[in-house]
Amino acid sequence: MPSLGADMEAGTLVEWRIAPGQHVHRGDVVALVETEKGIIDIESFEEGLVERLIVQPGSRVPVGTALAVFAGEAAAPQDAGAAPPQPATAAATAATAGRERAPRASPAARAKAVALGIDLASIPDRGPQGFITLQDVERAAGRPGAAPVAPPTAASRGTVRTAIGAAMSRSKREIPHYYLRLAMDFTAAARWLERYNEARAVPERLLSTVLLIKASARAAGAVLGFNGYFGVNGFEPSQAVHVGVAIALRGGGLVAPAILDANQKPLATIMLELHDLVGRVRSGHMRSGELAAATLTVTSLGEEGVDSLYPIIYPPQVAIIGFGSVLERPWAVAGRVEARPVLNLTLAADHRVSDGRQGAQFLARIRDALLRPEEL
Amino acid sequence: MNAVTDVPRRMSYREALREALREALQSDPRVFLMGEDIGRYGGCYAVTKSLLAEFGEERIRDTPLSESAFVGAGIGAALGGLRPIVEIMTVNFSLLALDQILNNAATLCHMSGGQCPVPLVIRMATGAGRQLAAQHSHSLEGWYAHIPGLRIVAPATIDDARAMLGAALRSPDPVLIFEHIALLNMDGELSAGPTLELDRGAIRRPGRDVTVLTYGASLYKCLHAASQLAEDGLELEVIDLRTLRPLDDALIMSSVRRTHRALIVDEGWRSGGLSGELGMRIAEQAFFELDAPLARVCTAEVPIPYPKHLEDAALPSVERIAEAARALVAK
Repeated sequence: MPSLGADMEAGTLVEWRIAPGQHVHRGDVVALVETEKGIIDIESFEEGLVERLIVQPGSRVPVGTALAVFAGEAAAPQDAGAAPPQPATAAATAATAGRERAPRASPAARAKAVALGIDLASIPDRGPQGFITLQDVERAAGRPGAAPVAPPTAASRGTVRTAIGAAMSRSKREIPHYYLRLAMDFTAAARWLERYNEARAVPERLLSTVLLIKASARAAGAVLGFNGYFGVNGFEPSQAVHVGVAIALRGGGLVAPAILDANQKPLATIMLELHDLVGRVRSGHMRSGELAAATLTVTSLGEEGVDSLYPIIYPPQVAIIGFGSVLERPWAVAGRVEARPVLNLTLAADHRVSDGRQGAQFLARIRDALLRPEEL
Repeated sequence: MNAVTDVPRRMSYREALREALREALQSDPRVFLMGEDIGRYGGCYAVTKSLLAEFGEERIRDTPLSESAFVGAGIGAALGGLRPIVEIMTVNFSLLALDQILNNAATLCHMSGGQCPVPLVIRMATGAGRQLAAQHSHSLEGWYAHIPGLRIVAPATIDDARAMLGAALRSPDPVLIFEHIALLNMDGELSAGPTLELDRGAIRRPGRDVTVLTYGASLYKCLHAASQLAEDGLELEVIDLRTLRPLDDALIMSSVRRTHRALIVDEGWRSGGLSGELGMRIAEQAFFELDAPLARVCTAEVPIPYPKHLEDAALPSVERIAEAARALVAK
């Protein structure tokens, strides 16, 4: 069961899209999994022959549970089946996130639990050393009713709200946030956008969000310390820039699926993908890769009139950029005050990774990119 | 290889060492002994006592007080076709010959593409426990075990004291034999013949709960701790490493796979020592077998003190070993 975000603890296998004996390619949808965020298409990141399916449809299993075995991978059953998300860093982080919640157990106890199909979380006995040993696993195996699958915890049973709450609490507990705000004259971008859209049919027109995504992605690729993950070994920068875009869910709550390699893609492509993402988020058909892949998140309050927002970092990422509404405001130009469309860029960043100075450079990069929208 | 050729005989570890030297001198005319005070004085630990009278000055050679010179001479003799056995008083003094050992003995075979093997044997005393203070008591064999091109052995039993020398002389590589000073007066029965294998550890006491890896004089502290703990139903498997380079990984891992717990007892210091190497190998090769964190008991990180009570406090003790083993199975 892949982690589809730091707040995910378990998922329900809704449907298999593969059968034993079938050849699976990288990128194929292998299963549908229901999470608090809706039903997600799980893609395979391995190529191979399906040997057997382990988890039955309808079962709710913790993140990290082996779902299926691909031929030739028997030695590492935990990596088989629906493998971790696409980019290596995302995979590593998802695995780490899963491990943090797992109970402490000796390596031998872990191996035994996998062999016996016992879920470590269902083992109540911990010795004075505070971790699960071989003996505990063996005792649990002998006990009637030992759950091969964990009973859902309070958090995993909860709603989207609970999931967001858990992730945001963790963020505020663990991440020393610092905040910066930079106001900019959005005239150049607004004018460029207007001219660009004028000449195009409605489906081809760009939203200003696309400029913001691209400018942020470019800056993230250029200034170190904002793109990547904070894991057990500290900050792991990511080469690729996958920009998570916060999208509100119909029933309340939000998710932040990623636009992969956003720094490399033309604006028109980002627009298409954003449109596709919003559609699938609302209809509940997100793909596992894009849900856990984000290396950085942007969030905007669109046209609500809020001029600045101070977002909370989505762990294990290390930064989130907020865009307020573009509002006409007094702006000093060459010694005179004019009414200009003003955009407030805000940054919440992880002080374990970067300092305000880098944060300021990062925001300035985004601003400078938006001042020359034609180069995006 | 453990053919019993002798009727069991009682002797001390020191006598077993001397017996081995005598046998080597008798059976191979290329063998000779060289070192400080080994002839007329009989060796600073009396291992070579009486050999001068028996074999003469040609083959039992007292040397000037220069470790670098006489170890270098030993290397030359080995290159020239002889089978020198060089005695260095203690491992502390061997540092004066470290250049010869590391830069010549350990490298020449390699640098000559196998044309110039150095079949040299160096014996030296190691270890603490006899109130000889910080310049005569250290256990630095772990340092030597770091060096490719050397074979490092540490006989802990009467049988090994007797048999390892012969095996060392047959090795084409330089072999360093570390004889722990606390063992010299130990009496025991000689059971095996003179042809024990090098490069193999030995299980000195089988047990199912904790693998204890040790060598030299610490072996007996571990065995003592094992019999104490056995009364509480805790069974230690005590492994005598015997050879510190190369390590017998196969034996170590097979034991850890059975017990799922490992305790390393090393009279060397903890930091950067052999105990760390052993622990790392277990982590590399048997991580998924471990049911408890790796543990070790080493000598306190101080120069070995002279006063008896402080020397005792610095060294691994039966109590500390038992306590560490018990902590691994605390349930």
